[in-house]
Amino acid sequence: MTDDKKPDNLDAIYPIGEKQPDRVRTRNGRLLQDLTLDNLLTGQVAASDFRITAGGLRLQATIAERAGRPNLAQNLRRGAELVEIPDKVLLDVYELLRPGRAQSAEDLRAAAHQLRDAYGAKETASLIEEAALVYERRGIFQRRF
Amino acid sequence: MANSQNNWARYDLWDERHLSLDRFAVEDPENGFCASASPYDPKPSLVIEHGRIVEMDGVPASEFDMIDEFIARHYFDLTIADAAMALESREFAHMLVDVDVPRERLVRLSAGMTPAKLAEVLGHLSTLELAFANSKLRSRRQPSNQAHVTNAKDDPVQMAADAATAALYGFDEIETTVRVASNGRTNALACAVGAAVVRDGVLIQCSLEEAEELRIALAGFTSYTETLSVYGTEASFIDGDDTPWSKAFLTAVYAARGLKARCTSGSSAELLMGFHEGKSMLYLEARCVCLQRAMGVQGTQNGGIDGAPLTSSVPRGGWELLAENVLAALLDLECASGNDTRHSESEIRVGAKIMPYLMSGTDFICSGFGSIPKYDNSFNASLFNAEELEDFLALQREFQVEGGLQHVPEDQLLAARARAIEAISVVLETLTPSRLSEAQKKSVLYAHGSDETASFMPAEVAGMNAALIERNITFVNVVQALAARGFTTEATRLLSMARQRVTGDYLQTAAIIRDGRVISAVNDPNRYSGPGTGYVMTEERRQAISHMRREVSKRDILDGEGATGQQDSRHWRIQSKGEAGPGDDPREVVIGVSPGFGVRLHKTTGGVPLYKVLSALLDGIRERGGHPRVVRVRHTADTSFLGLTAARLAGSGVGIGIQGKGTTVIHRNDQVPHMNLELFSQAPLIGEADYRAIGGNAARYALGQSPTPVSIPYRGQALSARFHVQTALLYAIETSMIEPGQNPEVLEVEFYDGR
Repeated sequence: MTDDKKPDNLDAIYPIGEKQPDRVRTRNGRLLQDLTLDNLLTGQVAASDFRITAGGLRLQATIAERAGRPNLAQNLRRGAELVEIPDKVLLDVYELLRPGRAQSAEDLRAAAHQLRDAYGAKETASLIEEAALVYERRGIFQRRF
Repeated sequence: MANSQNNWARYDLWDERHLSLDRFAVEDPENGFCASASPYDPKPSLVIEHGRIVEMDGVPASEFDMIDEFIARHYFDLTIADAAMALESREFAHMLVDVDVPRERLVRLSAGMTPAKLAEVLGHLSTLELAFANSKLRSRRQPSNQAHVTNAKDDPVQMAADAATAALYGFDEIETTVRVASNGRTNALACAVGAAVVRDGVLIQCSLEEAEELRIALAGFTSYTETLSVYGTEASFIDGDDTPWSKAFLTAVYAARGLKARCTSGSSAELLMGFHEGKSMLYLEARCVCLQRAMGVQGTQNGGIDGAPLTSSVPRGGWELLAENVLAALLDLECASGNDTRHSESEIRVGAKIMPYLMSGTDFICSGFGSIPKYDNSFNASLFNAEELEDFLALQREFQVEGGLQHVPEDQLLAARARAIEAISVVLETLTPSRLSEAQKKSVLYAHGSDETASFMPAEVAGMNAALIERNITFVNVVQALAARGFTTEATRLLSMARQRVTGDYLQTAAIIRDGRVISAVNDPNRYSGPGTGYVMTEERRQAISHMRREVSKRDILDGEGATGQQDSRHWRIQSKGEAGPGDDPREVVIGVSPGFGVRLHKTTGGVPLYKVLSALLDGIRERGGHPRVVRVRHTADTSFLGLTAARLAGSGVGIGIQGKGTTVIHRNDQVPHMNLELFSQAPLIGEADYRAIGGNAARYALGQSPTPVSIPYRGQALSARFHVQTALLYAIETSMIEPGQNPEVLEVEFYDGR
């Protein structure tokens, strides 16, 4: 199939958990195979070992890209940037992006700076800066409540 | 309609039917009641200058609303946009149903087409063509299904039992939600534990306010979300309290927390919210799905969703709902194809609506099949519910289509429910101050729904949730609690689900997890290209969907007849007394019974025991002055020939032929085989009194009288559907007992019970 853009080697790496489990480390540096019931019951691994990792997400982004899904890949890369950011910060930024929460483009730009400077979340920051421009043009900064 | 006076009596009957509760809207594009191709929809256009989009669907960039803007910035593959837009819409529509054009090419071209162009393309396809296109375009090869598991009391014990039930029936995703906002944790936990009793890999969602949903996901109780609503007009979007950017950001946040995510959109949302801009439903939905692809979410639940009843009220509404799903598939999104809201009170409309989806297969046939009773569904009644689950199984079975479900034997079902009840009780006892008595547990085990349970009430559930929050309980505590009390399998399965999160394999498009293995559009892509390609059911799967609870085999019929025969042997005895010769008594009526009558067959399909049938015929003949004689016909089991054989033996020339299943004929010796005096073919409707009347009429014919034929009242029952399986099997038993060339034998019949 000439239109098939999927390279054959996707089969060799995906699903990672099945094909190449050693490519991923947990947040505490453990291997997937260490995440057993015994290790959990004896406290060798913790709840935080079961969270997704930035590395895992970047790997998935590469897979999505190769599978011909650039938008999904982009989203997974943004996700990778946000892994280490506390829930509170993320939920505050989300709240700010909702209509009428930010009072000006500057509020959004400040949030973008914070994500970029404090957490290195460059692609997500760009998305927020883009929102600032569009919200300004469309008058989304009007208070709603 | 104003011009209808309802004078025709048939309208009264129609007005009593469920359909009369449905409302039908007049097509009215100006007011948004328009499925597709509204005169207010824009004409497709895309103008690109210096690598920038300066006009899309007739709108210059300076006037783009937020949706246009997001699509213009993030949706397009500009390298193919010119070529894609230049393609004749009808030609592209043709490519969608051409098995020789690969899906990848269509997906790629779609990234160069604007929402108006995509809506125009789909406008060229008929419902049949849409379904066919869907079979080609859906992203995952293996179709699947999603269940709603909720109950009116937010009772976690029932929820765990029902989650186990849903997992057994085959659902790969379980979506729950709450009646009381604070009950999210126990709901999610109960679904996870219940599903883990059955298998490893059912994805769980608890639909809640975003922050709460994220917290519950972080605690490890859930693994996906589909509450990312998007809308097709800017005003609706803002009214929904979001923007494309806030939703795109949230989509990334869900990825960062390892949650599989899909958006929600669907026609009529904008109409319900009052901001439809006079655009057609399909055009607005095209904007929604373009936006979703642009955001980078892996999939969508679309196809009306909450708006499905409204969409279904307009002409072409059902077509439009299907077109939305095809659009999502074309845009390479996982598609949970609606079919979650009950769009009609008419069961005919419900059954008809599901068919194109079952025929084409979709990533999830229902984005929420109500696996629980309608009244327990906290999302509102679904298109299919617990009440109709066996109807769905019957559709899968008869058309050999994959709806993701299968029949479950009762012993397996009850065992899983019992274990789920024990497992969740252990978890709740360990982690919250709650106790459940054996009687309370048992009330859940056999319950159809929460009306019948005596377990937890909402106030108690609120207390449990408070305890879970206060103690910061995560899946780790749950795994520990289960393991400590011997539920090692369940603990291991919950752990295995949690481990999946580390790699994020299930974040790829259309991922499900079967027995611990991730299956998605990446490693199980749909490459349908004609017969024998794409998803083909394995023989094992074909067998699985072929079973029904009330299926009947020859063995069952024989066993049943055997039992009846044994029971009835104390009422009568029939004995052969040698070959039957012709009679010379002019009052004689001969009853010719079939080979199996009273031997291996013992009651009619109408449920009348054969000893009573024969007794009634004999009484009827005698009452009218006839002299009966009973013979066993051995060379045939056909009613007409039974009757004619009997008639030719009778001194009067009149005979009765009767089969073991109860079909009866009155015949005369001067007739041709299929030209009888009276035929009673609807055996299920013939009662004891009717057989007596038949005997009486036969005697009256014998005496040269002209009786009024016996009338068996028929009220339009689908007798074939109800009885033909049994009839065919019973008749096969009769025909297997035929002895060709053997002459009839005289039967001596003795009745006990004072007869």
